[in-house]
This record gives sequence, C-alpha cells and structure tokens, in this order.
Amino acid sequence: MKHTLAVLVENQPGVLSHVAGLFSRRGYNIESLAVGETEDPSVSRITLVVEGDEKVIEQVSKQLNKQVEVIKVNDITNEEIVERQLLLVKVAADTAVRQEIMQIVEIFRCRIVDIGRRSLIVEATGDEEKIEAIIKSLRPFGIQELVRTGKVAMVRGAK
Amino acid sequence: MNGAEYLVKFFENKNVDLIFGYPGGKVIFLYDVLARSSIKHILTRHEQGAVHAADGYARVTGRPGVCFATSGPGATNLVTGIANAYLDSVPLIAVTGQVGLADIGRDSFQEADIIGITMPITKHSYMVKELEKLPAVMEEAWSVATTGRPGPVLVDIPSDIFAGSVDFSTVPKKIVTRKVPLKNGLDEQLQKVVDALKNSKRPLLLAGGGIIASHAWDQLKELKDYLKLPVATTLMGKGAVPETEEGVLGMVGMHGKPFANLALSFCDLLLAIGVRFSDRITGKPEKFLPEAVIIHVDIDPAELGKNVKTEIPVVCDAGKFLAELLGRLKKEKVRPRLSEWHKQIAEWKQKYPLAYEKNGSLKPQPIIEEVARVVGDRAIVVTDVGQHQMFVAQYYPIGGLRNFVSSGGLGTMGFGLPAAVGAAFGRPGEMVLLFTGDGSIQMNVQELATVAQHQLPVKIFIMNNSCLGMVRQWQELFFGKRYAHSIFTYNPDFVALAGAYGIPALKISRPDEIHGAVSQAVRTPGPVLVDCVIDQEENVFPMIPPGGSPHEMLGRWQGEAHVSRIG
Repeated sequence: MKHTLAVLVENQPGVLSHVAGLFSRRGYNIESLAVGETEDPSVSRITLVVEGDEKVIEQVSKQLNKQVEVIKVNDITNEEIVERQLLLVKVAADTAVRQEIMQIVEIFRCRIVDIGRRSLIVEATGDEEKIEAIIKSLRPFGIQELVRTGKVAMVRGAK
Repeated sequence: MNGAEYLVKFFENKNVDLIFGYPGGKVIFLYDVLARSSIKHILTRHEQGAVHAADGYARVTGRPGVCFATSGPGATNLVTGIANAYLDSVPLIAVTGQVGLADIGRDSFQEADIIGITMPITKHSYMVKELEKLPAVMEEAWSVATTGRPGPVLVDIPSDIFAGSVDFSTVPKKIVTRKVPLKNGLDEQLQKVVDALKNSKRPLLLAGGGIIASHAWDQLKELKDYLKLPVATTLMGKGAVPETEEGVLGMVGMHGKPFANLALSFCDLLLAIGVRFSDRITGKPEKFLPEAVIIHVDIDPAELGKNVKTEIPVVCDAGKFLAELLGRLKKEKVRPRLSEWHKQIAEWKQKYPLAYEKNGSLKPQPIIEEVARVVGDRAIVVTDVGQHQMFVAQYYPIGGLRNFVSSGGLGTMGFGLPAAVGAAFGRPGEMVLLFTGDGSIQMNVQELATVAQHQLPVKIFIMNNSCLGMVRQWQELFFGKRYAHSIFTYNPDFVALAGAYGIPALKISRPDEIHGAVSQAVRTPGPVLVDCVIDQEENVFPMIPPGGSPHEMLGRWQGEAHVSRIG
C-alpha cells in the first residue's frame, strides 16, 4: 500500500541527501518526493510517498525520526488530506487536433501555457487520479515530453 | 581565538584526556595547537589504528573516543573504524581536516567527500563551513555521540576554519533542537512485562550490549537474583553479567554455548534487553522462536520490530527498565517457580557441555582456558575476528563490566591490535589480553610499533593456523573442502617480527608448552607476543548451520572426534 509521509526537517544543506540516503541504504522505495520551505523558512517539509506494508512504514518512520535534522514525521495516509501534483506535458498538436486538445484541457480544467507550431504545453494540477486521467487522454495525440512533480499534501482543517 | 584553539579547548572542557590520530597537511594547524595543550595525543601508525584505538578506549571506559585524521586518504582510512563503531553503538567523535573552503569540489589534492562517504555509517556528520558555527556543532556532535543509543559522529573541518579567528564569546554555543519527543508508554508496557513473567514457565533473559552501554550491570544482577532468571548474552553482551555466576549461560548464537542455545530455543518467554536480534542469533528471523512471547527492550525505537516480531516492545534505557521492573515485581511479590526449567537447563548442561576433541595436537581452546585460569578477571580481554574470537567468547568467562572488547556487528579483522592499544590507554595499569589470528594481526600489524613505543602491557596470543580459519571451516563444511584462497602458504616469522619491533616473543606448538608460555607471558612486564601454532583443522563448534534454528546445532557433544547434530 502507498503511504504519504509528511516529514518536517531543519532547512539545512545535506538534509535531503540524508533522507534519500536512508531510503537507499535500508532498501525502501520512494515513489515520489517533494520538498520545499514551510511557513517557517528554517523548516522544510518533505512529502514522501512510500510503498510498503505497515511494518515497512513503521520502520521508515522510526528511522526517519532518528535523523538529527528530522523534526517530526507524520503518516497522513489515512487523514483527510488535500493532495496535489503539478504536470507539464508537451503534446503534438497539428491544427487538425488542436481544437480537440483544447476541449480536453477545458474539461479537466487545466491550462495551455505554451503554443508552438506543432505542439502545445499543458499545465495541470490535481491529485494522482486526475493527473493520470489527463495523461491518458492526451496520449493518443502523441506526448513529446512529460514532467511532473512529486505529490504535496496537507491535512484539511477541522470542519 | 582561532578554530583549532577552540576545538582543542572544547575537548579539554569535556575532560578528554586522550586523542588518537595521525597528522597531515589539512590538520597541521590543529596539531600545532594540540601539541601545546593538556591533552595527550597517541600517534598510531595508520589512521585505521587511530579510529579502532579510540573505539577500544571508548568500550573499556564508557567515555567517547576521539580521533583526528587529515583530509582525503586520512579521512577515508577511518571509514572501516567508523562503520565498526556504528554497528556496535560505540560513542566516537572523528574530526577530519578538509581542504580549504575555496578548494572544495575542485578535486583538490587530498580532497575526499568524507561526509558523503560516511553518511550511512555515522549517527550524524557535520561539515563546518562557518567558524561561528563551530561551537554549536561540536556541542551537538558530542551530544549526538553520547546520548540515547551511542554511536560515531564525524566532524569535517576545512583547513581555513582551523586557522580563522573569531570572538567566540559572542557566538551561540547552545544546541537548538525542535525534535518532538516520541510518546513513551513505559508504564503500560511494564505491566504487560510483569504479567508475562507471571505466566511464564520457561523465561530467559537475553542481555545485549545495551546493558553495558547503560551501565546496568547491578540492575541486571539484582533482577536475575530476585527472579532466579537464567541469563544468556549476545557477543556484545558478554560481560554484562559475570559469566561465572550461577544461572548465567553465556553466549547464544551461531557459535553460542549449546545449553544457552537450547534454552533460547525452548524458552516460552524471552526478555531481550539492549539487543538488536542480529542474524547470527536469529537465523531466519521469520522462523525465530515461533512459540515464545518476545519482550524487546531498547533505547532505540527503530530496533523494536526491525528484525523479529515482538509481542511487548518497550522503548527504554536498559538500567531504568530493569530497576523499574524489579520494583514492580517486588511490589506485586512476583516469584515465578522455575525449578523445572532450571532442572531442564542443568540436564542440557550435563548432556551438551562446551567440549572439544583432545587429540594431542595444539588446539586454541586449552590455550584460552589456561589464560583464563591464570589471569581470570584481572585483565581486559580483546579479540580480533574469526575462529579465535568465537573460541574466546566460548571459553573465556568474563566477570567485569567493560572487560571484553570485540568487533561484533561489522566483524572487522584487524580491529584487535589497535583496540587493545586503546584499551591499554583507557585503563592504565591493567593488563590487556589480545587474542588474534595470523590473518587478523596482519591487517593492522603496524600498530606493534605503538604498543612497543609506549610499552603497553598487551599480551598478544596469535592463534596461528596459517589460514583464515572461519573461511576454511565454511569451505570444509559447505564447499566440498575446496579451500579457495583461505590458506596462507606464506606467513612471516611472527617471533622475528615482534623482535623487529622490540617486543619479547615466544612460540609454542605443543599442548605441554601452554602452561609455561602463558605464565611467562603474564609475568613479563610490558608487551609480549606468543605465536601459538595451532591445529589448522580445528573448527568452531557448536555451529548452527546458516539459516538454521538454534536447536539444529552441529557439535562434538562430549568431545568426541566426529561432529553430529544435536538430539
């Protein structure tokens, strides 16, 4: 099962290699990783998606907790969360199909951010499912280039 | 004050009396200051010697070992020693010089990314890029190495940081940690432990290195005596409780004592304290003690459930846990009746004692037994790695806390001699016994110079079988006696080698020479080397075949010539 871990770390050089090194050394797999400053610039947040059973995730969390720069590890998999990835995809777009692509973009509420002579760049944000769906819909037109970020996630506020 | 002066002052303030190391271009500034300080510096003959000596020093004193090395090759020569300390949870602070700030990343002369190299084998590592950060970094490094589960820390310092000056009185020295402490359910868990002990008919306490790290010697003995609880140890736990005492079974594991392994196999409750369930003990972890209730106590939460399934995990310092448990057991007047269990263990001891075949050739076991008989607990026992290490673990009962030094987790050949140097410096005036092999000693043989220079009372017994005994044993048992590159067809004359260093030496090759050689070695002040030319074909038994369970041991149960499976 995929788990989402929100890891607060000291915003210092070397933190990311410590965390990434830990995963390779202990043989855990990172599905995706996103890192950036938080509301406190001295603290960074690493959002990790890790594949593994309860036992593996428990070990991952404990090993992360042992790192000097790690402040807190939260497994937010079962929480109510908002999660987003960012996708940029360059899709082949002759004049014949441009209209069709623009309709898809409309339906998914994503954006065209660059128009070339034979291609378009589409930008999309959303959860894993939506991103996958967009890629699937654009694939028939010919995807020339694709880049996506790791997932970032936030626990929803109390209602 | 410059960086080098600050660093030396820092160690002085921490009451560090001794630093092991090896100078070089990027620490020349540091050494200039160190030489004028109150700290004694021991110049080893190799950086690996320095780091193992610091490790040995830490193991026998309980204080962190400190070692210095220069950049590049100096730093990389520390790597094995740092990994060794990491796996055995030894507090160690390694300071390495680094090329100047402006030269970093340019593949400068003697530049190596030692932070990157040691990341997975340190508790934490630091590069000091601003002089102002040096005080806080050192404070944190010290704290990381010595608190919780101890371990090695590396601090990499560019040469211009040593040379640069700053007014340290205005610089923050405090460690700022924002770590959120984990919840500790000690209270609830303690009750579960008490209840489990009440219901157990065959309990066994397994004591690991954590007992020694926590100085929990007295607490362990009290609990053992109160409950009449049989106690087995891991290799790292050897010496956690005097092995000559009633109810102490000795080491378990691949080459553990037969009755200790049987007790482990058939216990219904295992109270494991400060152990990490290494594969040398568990065999296949999923097959380990399927019937028993396992209680695992460790200060490092990540150890709990890492290797074996644990019914009652407890995050706690060993000493604190033992004291609180005893208090609760006394309050509830828990006194399990264990006479049946003791009877069973006594039977096993009778039927499956520790035994070897006596056939007229010189064997390592009686040499160790004779040294133990003569010296007993009046010495620190250091081993190298291999067959002789297991023989010492089996045949030398250790009484005192911190009197046994051996490379457990990493199994580093070449650890013994420099570790003996560190042990001798850590506890001046005490005799150090080093049991090593002809393979192991050659891996750091240059430290004979350090031993000789300081006339350290290290008695070196080389169990010389002209081969890599443990490898040879496996090849004999599991590789159709094909001895691929495990036999030394050429070895130096160890007596002449010791002579070259100015160390008195003798050589024995017959059983009737043991007594005289041992008493001569012990009587001679200063270092002595005894080259014991032993039976090449002697194997370590009992042995749990790889992947097997403890009760599947092979051995010579009453000293018979053939090896058989237990039962």
